[in-house]
Amino acid sequence: MSQQPPGNIDSGVVLDGSYLAASPTPAEAVALAPRGAARASAIRGHEPVIIGTVTVLLFFVVWQGIGLLRDRSPDGLALGPFLFVPPSQLFLPAPLDIAKAFQAYVQDGRIWKDVAVSGQELAIGYVAAAILGIILGLLVGWYARLRYALDPFITFLYATPRIVLLPLFIIWFGIGVESKIAVVFLGAIFAILINTTAGVRNLDANLVKVARSFGASDFQLFRTIALPGSVPFILTGLRLGIGHALTGVVVGELVAAQFGVGQMMAVAGATFQSSKVFAGLFLIAGAGMLMTFTLQRLEQRFQAWRPKPN
Amino acid sequence: MSVAVKLEARRVAIKYRRQSTGLDLVAVDGVDLRIDDGEFVSIVGPSGCGKTTFLNAVDGLIAIESGALVLDGREIAAPGPDRAMVFQQPSLLPWRTVTGNVLYGLEMQHRGGEESRKTAARLIDLVGLEGFADSWPSELSGGMQQRVNLARALATDPELLLLDEPFAALDAQTRETMQQELLRIWGATRKTALFITHDITEAVYLADRVIVFTARPGRVKLDVRIDLPRPRDLRLKREARFIEYERTIWESIREEVLRTESRAQVA
Ligand SMILES: Nc1ncnc2c1ncn2[C@@H]1O[C@H](COP(=O)(O)OP(=O)(O)OP(=O)(O)O)[C@@H](O)[C@H]1O
Ligand SMILES: [Mg+2]
Repeated sequence: MSQQPPGNIDSGVVLDGSYLAASPTPAEAVALAPRGAARASAIRGHEPVIIGTVTVLLFFVVWQGIGLLRDRSPDGLALGPFLFVPPSQLFLPAPLDIAKAFQAYVQDGRIWKDVAVSGQELAIGYVAAAILGIILGLLVGWYARLRYALDPFITFLYATPRIVLLPLFIIWFGIGVESKIAVVFLGAIFAILINTTAGVRNLDANLVKVARSFGASDFQLFRTIALPGSVPFILTGLRLGIGHALTGVVVGELVAAQFGVGQMMAVAGATFQSSKVFAGLFLIAGAGMLMTFTLQRLEQRFQAWRPKPN
Repeated sequence: MSVAVKLEARRVAIKYRRQSTGLDLVAVDGVDLRIDDGEFVSIVGPSGCGKTTFLNAVDGLIAIESGALVLDGREIAAPGPDRAMVFQQPSLLPWRTVTGNVLYGLEMQHRGGEESRKTAARLIDLVGLEGFADSWPSELSGGMQQRVNLARALATDPELLLLDEPFAALDAQTRETMQQELLRIWGATRKTALFITHDITEAVYLADRVIVFTARPGRVKLDVRIDLPRPRDLRLKREARFIEYERTIWESIREEVLRTESRAQVA
């Protein structure tokens, strides 16, 4: 078999939510069968989306319900022996409150400036981390001497939560976008670098033998075996990097910034505008989901050769 | 007129330095062998006797300790385009299609290009994979993957084809089909072939000569010429002459296995 890193990479990368959701249990299959195979398969094809949408909608309905309950009977609702007291709006705003706060945020125009600033920090920091992380990871993975030379630094920085470097970055780069770009970059690069390195080093011994047997040079070995073999690792690194990058943007702006979604959240939090904090949270989550989705598209393109689950 | 000698092994010894103990392990010692041009030779022997080791040395993947290994009059020092190996595991590049895999050896030898695509297409047909040229390895059965493995080796048009138990992982039916296919392909190309197997029937059925290795350190114990007409078909396996060959070889291997077992008991 190809591709066996420390731990099985095949399962590591392929096993995500969509894989689990795609295979119906026998009980479901039986329940669907009598209604006609064509209809059953049409439903099953969209099952992941349908079920997911329903649970999310249900979640928001219940959440909003708590808000409505608060408006109706602020003193609480007796449920048999228990008294359910809905949390105050400051503690937990309802979805419609958040939507209203979001609307106000859009209307006063601040949102564009914030999104532009945060987006810039995220994009520049993350893209730079991706490019440098992949290139450096490939080199460090391939050249053992370079690895020996850089390993202490990589280990040191990887072991340090990079966010603690923020005070230094603010001294060095000021409270503008630069300090945030730096923290996003450092936050994301190590996941990408370390995974890429692991991917290059994870050579399939059988394939190396094939390459050597056909007289492949070191460079050919790198290009035809090591590089394609490391693609799944690189994609995993890129995906992990997204989380680190988003953390960098938000925390960076929470600490010190003039603009940005994180900065907006910090101000809103300090002034007890919890709806606005939630609005920012959804904005950040949306950005993360968008990036992850884009990356999944990329994965599908790069990994057409992977065996399909089912 | 005598046929040219293709491969000659003279007192070949191969050692491994074992990482676990730091001691040397002599895998083969004193292999003497001559293989003529166009001959199909099978090698059998007890497990661990050094068959794969010897084949790897012929391919140039590992160096020999002493003796001489001569191909077409030149000492073997490294892998070369005059040899190609069919590995026990299909060992296909999962990110290359069937065509991409068949082209792999040619690309490594800088012989890619338009002509090579035609070669690949022809070989894919030859090994019976019409219609699968653009499939990924993960979409093929084990037998089909082994056919690609074979086509990949044939694509470089080697002088000497090295096969290390290529059908060991296949089920009995697929295995017989592949044996017949191999004979058909070999009949069409007449390459010199060195074929390792654990299956005595397979060894006799395919080969002009069957060589039995001793237990480790491996050395040639028996060299049997198989005088059976070609083209061969599977009914041959039921004939008395065939069974007689099998018995001779079986006895020889058994003797080796018993010898090592008794040696192990003494120790
Ligand atoms: N890389 C290695 N390092 C150390 N010892 C090895 C190595 N490869 C093989 N050996 C040893 O060399 C001996 C011969 O191994 P080899 O793989 O050539 O046997 P074989 O005849 O092909 O066996 P089998 O029929 O089971 O495939 C064995 O005892 C094995 O343990
Ligand atoms: Mg072997």
